[in-house]
Amino acid sequence: MLAVEGLVKRFGGFRAVNNVSFRVEQGEILGLIGPNGSGKSTIFNLLSGTLPPTSGSILFDGREIAGLAPHRIINRGVGRTFQIPRPFHRLSIFENVTLAGFYGQGRHSRAKAEEAAERALGLVGLPTDRHASVEGLGAAGLKKLELAKALATAPKLLLADESLGGLDESEMDQAADMLRRIRDELGITIIWVEHIMGVLMRVVDRVMVLDHGEKIAEGLPADVAGDARVIEVYLGTDADASLAAAAAAQARRRVGA
Amino acid sequence: MSRQVKAWIVALIALVALPFVHSDPYHLHLLVLILIWSFAYTSWSIMGRFGLVSLGHGGFLGIGAYVTALLWNDLGISPWLGIPLSMATAGVLALIVAYPCFRFRITGHYFVLVTLALSGIVLQVITATRDYTGGSLGYTPRRAGSSSIVALQFDDKVIWYLIALAVWLAGIVIWHWIDRSMIRHAMEAISEDEDAAAAAGVNVTAEKLKITLISALMTALAGALYCQYQMFISPDTVSGIAVSLQMVFAAIVGGVYVALGPTVGAIITILLAEVLRIGFGTKAVGWDNLVYGVLLVLFIIFLPKGILGSVIDWTKSPPKPPRGHEQETVPVARR
Repeated sequence: MLAVEGLVKRFGGFRAVNNVSFRVEQGEILGLIGPNGSGKSTIFNLLSGTLPPTSGSILFDGREIAGLAPHRIINRGVGRTFQIPRPFHRLSIFENVTLAGFYGQGRHSRAKAEEAAERALGLVGLPTDRHASVEGLGAAGLKKLELAKALATAPKLLLADESLGGLDESEMDQAADMLRRIRDELGITIIWVEHIMGVLMRVVDRVMVLDHGEKIAEGLPADVAGDARVIEVYLGTDADASLAAAAAAQARRRVGA
Repeated sequence: MSRQVKAWIVALIALVALPFVHSDPYHLHLLVLILIWSFAYTSWSIMGRFGLVSLGHGGFLGIGAYVTALLWNDLGISPWLGIPLSMATAGVLALIVAYPCFRFRITGHYFVLVTLALSGIVLQVITATRDYTGGSLGYTPRRAGSSSIVALQFDDKVIWYLIALAVWLAGIVIWHWIDRSMIRHAMEAISEDEDAAAAAGVNVTAEKLKITLISALMTALAGALYCQYQMFISPDTVSGIAVSLQMVFAAIVGGVYVALGPTVGAIITILLAEVLRIGFGTKAVGWDNLVYGVLLVLFIIFLPKGILGSVIDWTKSPPKPPRGHEQETVPVARR
């Protein structure tokens, strides 16, 4: 469904994304991990049109979307959430999501947008009350709102950017389950960028590892977690803790299988 | 809601009936001026309420007035055609100036500066082409003799009052329409975070252009009406930076977040100017601008929602949580 070829993004002399190629199949959840500054968010910005790529091609459903304006890409069916939630404080929760439902689906009808908003809010577990204010939401609530906005645009592919930072463990599990439910129940393909490896490894089908803008590994979570280069560049000083998490994930997988 | 509609209907009937009950020419003259300027200030607030602070609206007002008058005097084109042409001219100019600004994300102070240059340029063009426009001495549309529908010239102030009332009402209706449409949501989102708005699917440049175009077209219409009513225009009264600032001032004093805010602003500014003129005569020329300046500073600090906006807030029993964004609407003056 998504085929990225030779994607490059340069900021002056700095190559934030250097010749990255990958594919995402219909219905899968691809995990995207890497240390800070490895180019994960830049790739999201390129995929969603927030930044134009320096070179490379992004085929979505067989059509080139590289360099299109963000609103066009969204109308083609690529939704995104931001790493740091960016709600519109001047609008109510419901209006935030309705806005995304209206403009994200090609401005068809307000009634349809409101319907989409109600569905998305229900799915993430936020109140559908029309006047509830954004100000009352905590970190978990804001992340849910971010997700609801993206879902209201009726995406085929959802780019979920580090959706779990700042949540406690049970909230993290809930959020991870949510992504899986979005895939299972709505059939939405997901690319998920996440710092917290343990949770990610449990949910994703495949994982891709970036370092300094380059892809250094790609494959099943269990294989990638054991990759020597990944352990070296990504896990760094936290290697023990993250390895333990990966091992636990692996064990759980085996039990499941 | 239906109570509000009833109140509007009663008020409108009263406004229409007013000149037939009380036809003092001076009072009617003030009312016509208030209605025309209310419409102009409402036009400004359509942009201004979303943080698009324009100091270029004097330019649109001037284009509306001068293009209409020049077409009538030099080419004999009736204002019925001239006014749409002048509006189109203002619209094209608005798009030429605004498109690069929006496309390349010129926002906040920089946007204000670009618009400031726009009103300066229009003023300079009017003064520089004095062979056609009369320069700073002003310009008078050719008289069509007595009242003439073709020339849009009427001796009867009641007719002008009714025309101004209809146009003012149209302005309020447009304000309401935008307030209830998805455009308002999109513009609120854009004024907070353009990237996040784009990520929600909003075509940021197109939405901003739309609202700018509506505002510019309406402002040009206000300029043309002012010209037809006063039968005299000069760069000082319908273009330039002073007029632009006066629009900003009146809209903010009245309140840009409520439909009737700019109207309240027009009532206050015009009555203030009249009181100063009658009370102090020629000694007070220019005083109103001084008072505007001081009031503007006080309002931005203490009553950012304007008079009407604040009154409405006070009368609502449970105070709403403060909307911290109000002050951002006037980034020019704040930072």
